[in-house]
Amino acid sequence: MSCNTPVSMRRVVRDGLWDQNVVFSQLLAMCPMMAVTTSGTNGLGMGLATTAVLVVSNILIAAIRDYVSDQVRIPVFVVVIATLVTLVDMSLNAWAHELHKVLGLFIALIVVNCAILGRAEAFASKNTVRASAVDGLAMGLGFTLALVVVGLVRELIGSGTLFAQASLLLGPAFSFLEIKVIPNYSGVLMMILPPGGFLVLGFLLVAKRLIDQRVSKPAACTPAAEPNCA
Amino acid sequence: MELAVLRDRISYQGALLAGFTLLTGAALMTANHLTLPAIERAATEDMKASLVQVLPQGMADNELLKDSVVIKNDKGVPVTVYRGRKAGAFSAAVFQHSARGYAGDIVVLIGLNAEGVVQGVRVLKHAETPGLGDKIEVAKADWIHSFEGKALAAARWAVKKDGGEFDQFAGATITPRAVVKAVKEGLEFYAAHRTEIAAAQGEQS
Repeated sequence: MSCNTPVSMRRVVRDGLWDQNVVFSQLLAMCPMMAVTTSGTNGLGMGLATTAVLVVSNILIAAIRDYVSDQVRIPVFVVVIATLVTLVDMSLNAWAHELHKVLGLFIALIVVNCAILGRAEAFASKNTVRASAVDGLAMGLGFTLALVVVGLVRELIGSGTLFAQASLLLGPAFSFLEIKVIPNYSGVLMMILPPGGFLVLGFLLVAKRLIDQRVSKPAACTPAAEPNCA
Repeated sequence: MELAVLRDRISYQGALLAGFTLLTGAALMTANHLTLPAIERAATEDMKASLVQVLPQGMADNELLKDSVVIKNDKGVPVTVYRGRKAGAFSAAVFQHSARGYAGDIVVLIGLNAEGVVQGVRVLKHAETPGLGDKIEVAKADWIHSFEGKALAAARWAVKKDGGEFDQFAGATITPRAVVKAVKEGLEFYAAHRTEIAAAQGEQS
């Protein structure tokens, strides 16, 4: 555990944002994903709150990794993460009450986000504090990206808007983000309900696989010339 | 002793776990102690903001939050009633009531004048279907305003589908039905306890 093989920061960032994306590759955190991605704004709020918790939890776990025995690491991580989320919840409620009214719903959901424990276990418990901080940031931003994309697609088809109520979350300066794409749109309720989340996720997973396949396919290899070419 | 050896000892592991629980517990206690006053202040502010929404300006000149009385309803559940006064005379009452909606309880805050006419209603808490049932929120639709000016005896308290006078939503009848029921029951509660509410000496200030 204490042996620190240097990890490439570029690799870490790339993994977080794309190759090992929490939602699109690891298929983790499905519960908060389905629950909050009814709009792009909600996805953004959940993503940013999760990113903040993920960075701090990764740093803490990496800092204590040498002292924690393998046998009791999971309960220790769970206690640390749960405490952290509760602290964030309390402080926001006390000192940033307006923000808490908007984000409060998401913060409670972060506790059940297995991606946080997953990163503690898979990365932070084996790597330096610095690398873990970068990993937390990259994974969090990758998660945010995924939530915003799923949220925007569901919102567009479901209610015909983009980033509705963004100014509530980010402040009045961001009201330009709010776009009513289709006026007088009656909406497709199913997209707002959980089945819509699964549908959109399914199509986005297909899209990601297709992109990955295209990128990794060697240029010289064409199915016509080589029948075995995958 | 080497850390690596120590880590495999069961006593070390037990102590470690206990230590972390103690530390995090202490952190939570400290945080709770530090944030509690601010959180309570914020909750009071929120309550004040919703009280203003269900009672139009000029209905009361006192601080409602400081003039409350707790009265048991027919089911034995205590209800906190905030009393509005104008030059000392009882002029308005604000209280919460809830009814079962499509997904869990819908909590409404009801503001009445002394005669029991609805001044305003707001939904404080609900878990109805987004896009269908959430039209009961004032931010999403004007529907909740349809209660204003209605009194218990002078209105047909049901949604139109049930022969009443309140609109239901396309695709959602259970939700508005529940809100209508909550307001109606609230009015009945007020009618039954009006004298108690007006007379009881609360923590008046």
